[in-house]
Amino acid sequence: MLQPSQPPADHFELRFILNGEAICVRVAPQDRLLDVLREHLHQTGTKEGCGEGECGACTVELDGLPANSCLVPAYQVRGRHVTTVESLSQEAVSNLHASGATQCGACTPGVAMMARWIVRHPRLLERHRVRALMAGNLCRCTGYDGIVEGIEADLEATGAAALPVARR
Amino acid sequence: MFATRINDPPGATTRAAGPRFAPIVADWDNAPDEDAMKAMKRREGLAKLTGRERYLDDLPLPVGGLWAATVRSREARGMLRAVRFGEGVAWDDFVIVDHRDIPGQNVVVLIEDDQPVLASSEVRHVHEPVLLLAHPSRAALRHAVRAVSIEIEPQVPVLDVTTQPRPEQLQYNDDNVFKHLSVNKGDISQGFESAVHVIEGAYATGAQEHVYLETQGMLATLEAGDGEGDVVVVRGSMQCPYYVHRALMTALDRPAHRVRVIQTPTGGCFGGKEEFPSMLAIHAALLALKAQRAVKLVYERSEDLAVSTKRHAAWIHHRTALDATGRLLAQDIEIAMDAGAYVTLSPVVLSRAVIHAAGPYRCPNVRIRGRSMLSNRVPSGAFRGFGAPQAHFASERHMDRVAAALGLDPVTLRQRNLLRDGDCTATGQRITDGSDRQGLLRRALEMADWEHKREQHRVWNASERWHRRGIGLAVFHHGAGFTGSGEVDLASEVHVAGLEDGRVEVLAAATEMGQGTITVLTQLAAARLGLDPEQVLVAEPDTARVPDSGPTVASRTAMIVGRLVERAADDLLARLGSRPQPGDGQALSRAIVAWHRAHPGRTLLGRARYQPPAGIVWDDQRYRGDAYGAYAWAAYVAEVEVDLTTYAARVIDFVAVQEVGKVLNEVLARGQIQGGVVQGIGWALSEEIVSRNGAMVNAQLTNYIIPTCDDTPRIRVAFEENPYPHGAQGSKGIGELPMDGPGPAIANAIAAALDVDPRVLPLRPERIMALVEP
Repeated sequence: MLQPSQPPADHFELRFILNGEAICVRVAPQDRLLDVLREHLHQTGTKEGCGEGECGACTVELDGLPANSCLVPAYQVRGRHVTTVESLSQEAVSNLHASGATQCGACTPGVAMMARWIVRHPRLLERHRVRALMAGNLCRCTGYDGIVEGIEADLEATGAAALPVARR
Repeated sequence: MFATRINDPPGATTRAAGPRFAPIVADWDNAPDEDAMKAMKRREGLAKLTGRERYLDDLPLPVGGLWAATVRSREARGMLRAVRFGEGVAWDDFVIVDHRDIPGQNVVVLIEDDQPVLASSEVRHVHEPVLLLAHPSRAALRHAVRAVSIEIEPQVPVLDVTTQPRPEQLQYNDDNVFKHLSVNKGDISQGFESAVHVIEGAYATGAQEHVYLETQGMLATLEAGDGEGDVVVVRGSMQCPYYVHRALMTALDRPAHRVRVIQTPTGGCFGGKEEFPSMLAIHAALLALKAQRAVKLVYERSEDLAVSTKRHAAWIHHRTALDATGRLLAQDIEIAMDAGAYVTLSPVVLSRAVIHAAGPYRCPNVRIRGRSMLSNRVPSGAFRGFGAPQAHFASERHMDRVAAALGLDPVTLRQRNLLRDGDCTATGQRITDGSDRQGLLRRALEMADWEHKREQHRVWNASERWHRRGIGLAVFHHGAGFTGSGEVDLASEVHVAGLEDGRVEVLAAATEMGQGTITVLTQLAAARLGLDPEQVLVAEPDTARVPDSGPTVASRTAMIVGRLVERAADDLLARLGSRPQPGDGQALSRAIVAWHRAHPGRTLLGRARYQPPAGIVWDDQRYRGDAYGAYAWAAYVAEVEVDLTTYAARVIDFVAVQEVGKVLNEVLARGQIQGGVVQGIGWALSEEIVSRNGAMVNAQLTNYIIPTCDDTPRIRVAFEENPYPHGAQGSKGIGELPMDGPGPAIANAIAAALDVDPRVLPLRPERIMALVEP
């Protein structure tokens, strides 16, 4: 329990772009982006696994970069672009489905978001292995192979497999 | 053609006393393609991958609902003297529940009914629940919890179970021992007298936290009943809806039909949601009843880590007698486990540890004595493996030491002693399943490139300055289902309903927690009925709708509940009175629709109740006989690299070969093994609970360290098959088996890499350093 205890304070109006749509919502100053998504906007796809930025279950994209939404204060999101798991189509996750990347599903939204980011930025693989890039997403069920194989299948599909690097 | 084949071991002539199980052959050919079934994708997978699956915390708080929080003891042991409500909080706005608000018994029903729902006069561990608070605002709750002070007159706690308790520390009988168990076979004194070699060793394993990615949570609501009064409805994250149901009935003093429990999609369990959720369910329900509003109780991660049940820490001592060729003559084994402050499931965990303690080996003389001890810590509970990982760590680390002491290759020692068909286990169970245990070991060594790697390591270690590599082995077994007469006592029941639209619905209390229940039960029903899987529904585990098919534990779901699904499907067909043509699922659907037209308003339900296989005999008094209907067998090999500057050990290759009867679904089965192995790697290398005053002080994911994607190699998995006639489609249990192998395989690999003698898990860098630089 790492949130400091304080009595409720005045809410403020937060405007930002969520999955391409302009949003305006009243939030509390101590709200995290995770709270804005889950409590205020009822977008419950993004999960809270730890609240301390360790597990990655709360991963979203913030202005195109993956972020732990449990560590982002709501006021830092003003005017920015947020993308969440709700934007993923079934086609986008079909390789992850086939490879067994999800079991209980609690880590899965964060995993799917991070996986998609990697696959869209294959040049990352010139310097980083898939496993290292996924190390911020804890999974307790799969042992990770199902996740890595799904991502590799996605990379193959985009032709990124041709990049010269030891991806594992 | 779908049939359960009995696998005759190659070269078998006669089997001792004939096969124990009669061959079962399915009597029709109408199953959809078996390969297609094995490749069936997880049914709820797309929902999970697109964030549409809704877990407990995703459910909105109903209008007018309240959040809940728990106020807990800060002492490890003591008498409750007073509860004081501090300044600066509008206490009138809070709903407050203490033990006096419990309508029924102040007990969380389980084995011994010793654990209170809320402390009333004494506390027995830090974090024991004393008070419950509810309020519309979570922020206000956090503030309020800190404003309550609980005055406790401390007493001397038990924090070390390896020493004799002092008189003032006695809290259970006259020795603080919750349970004694012993297994006796032959005469160990004879075995030791005739021994050429006697090897002793003491081993220890630490507690472990489950770290399911979805924390514990429950939502309690009051809904209208039909006439007699309201119904307490509890939704939440759990493995066993009927355990929760029973616990609620007792604490709330309500009959069965006035309590309803529904399992919500659950984000991981591993045993941590077997018995512990009952406590939360009662807490949420008490607040809901007092407030007459909906109440949502969700644990934050740090609270969950600190207060929930843990794997039992264990201390195991082996004394082993062997003849000149390294054959086991006698095994004398002692096991002590730390059960924590209340009994919970400790007797059963001890039971499984004791039964597996001697390993998958034949030995004529065995004595195993186990005891489960009280301590003033958070109670230990169920955790995947349930005593077997602890037992196998000691047994397999010991076997390597035995081999070294005798100058034998560790592989040779296993080969010489592995159970063969016709041999008996420590409890006197004759193994006649025809599983090729030697073949499993051979295949694992082949896949791991054992001999070549060992040679490679010798050369590499001699030339490398700052790294060492080693390879280690573990051979083990895991009994599936409840021990002895446990499955008979459960009397599990499953229904398969034919619906008005021609589809079929499986009604069972088995829960999906990621292991694949929904998909596997779909497959089994579809195969049995010749239906397209899309025509099969699996009901949400709701005690108002599904029969009690037993808890989702003990690796029993596919094997036992799955088999009941098949038999219930058979019963459905019998009630239809017509047998569809092979492969024609559409004809079956039409027949179901026609039946409903001919019987409007009636229910078409196939039923099946558990029947034990013939010939299973277990003596619970003397702890002898057939402990389990079937064992899975495995051989695992771990290759590690140790960094001599940091003393961190990494697993760089892992091979897991097992036989679990039959693989029902390839991706799901492989996922169970890989997931279990990585969880085992965490237990072996990095997961340690640091305690002060019996409380976990590293209760954050930053310092309770589970493996990340980058901490483990690819887990290379292979399955052998040997169908078990009484498991669905020949399957045996699979879920817990992979937890048993990594600990000892890794310890043995580290021993080989560094020429040290590890005895304790986890082998964190500090421990490895102490072994290398004592």
